[in-house]
Amino acid sequence: MNFNHIISTLPYAKPFLFVDNILQIDEQGCTGTYLFPEDSYFYKGHFKNHPLTPGVLLTECMAQIGVVCLGIFLLNNLEDESKSEIEDIQIALSSTQIDFFLPIYPGEQVKVVSKKEYFRFNKLKCGVEMFNNKNELVCRGMIAGMIKN
Amino acid sequence: MTDKTILEKIKNIVTPYVQRKEGLEDFSDSTDFISDLKINSANLVDVILDVEDEFNIEIDNTSMEGMLTAGDAKRIILTKMEN
Repeated sequence: MNFNHIISTLPYAKPFLFVDNILQIDEQGCTGTYLFPEDSYFYKGHFKNHPLTPGVLLTECMAQIGVVCLGIFLLNNLEDESKSEIEDIQIALSSTQIDFFLPIYPGEQVKVVSKKEYFRFNKLKCGVEMFNNKNELVCRGMIAGMIKN
Repeated sequence: MTDKTILEKIKNIVTPYVQRKEGLEDFSDSTDFISDLKINSANLVDVILDVEDEFNIEIDNTSMEGMLTAGDAKRIILTKMEN
């Protein structure tokens, strides 16, 4: 399976798709990137005259790359008998706990790295970190969600 | 391990995930994790994982689906511990 298939299986579209590329993915975790476009609508209001990427969107980006992409990969691995790759998934965020260290400005690219804690009974829980293009830690925490096809 | 001890351990395991605390006051075999304690499905998974650690057993998908009440959990734990 290739990475493009994982991205096209994601149930998101612009302006709420926060995954550009998957760099690496295996049973234990996923690494991917996203560039926050300078002309994104939310910079007009967050904050007034001081555009900065909202923490909830950094969290969303970490969840999409670190948990949902990994979840699709893991579900596909379970489905190996049927050969065909899954097309539809159902997902729900169940918990997050994130600490933030640095801001992300309009036009910055981020890298997300996740490590699986467990995937049992359709719940995927991961430790997730985000880095800026200087490889400095932007935010870090735990994200869990329910995922099934 | 007696039935009462197991039930007490189950109560301790579920307590951090309970959204309806009144449901803990008369905790018994018939206590339903979802309707009485308002535990969500994601936290129910954490309950199962904590039960596995506490009793040193492994719970499969079929057992998980049958674990709706504290009594169900107790019976499944007892069966697994015998094996």
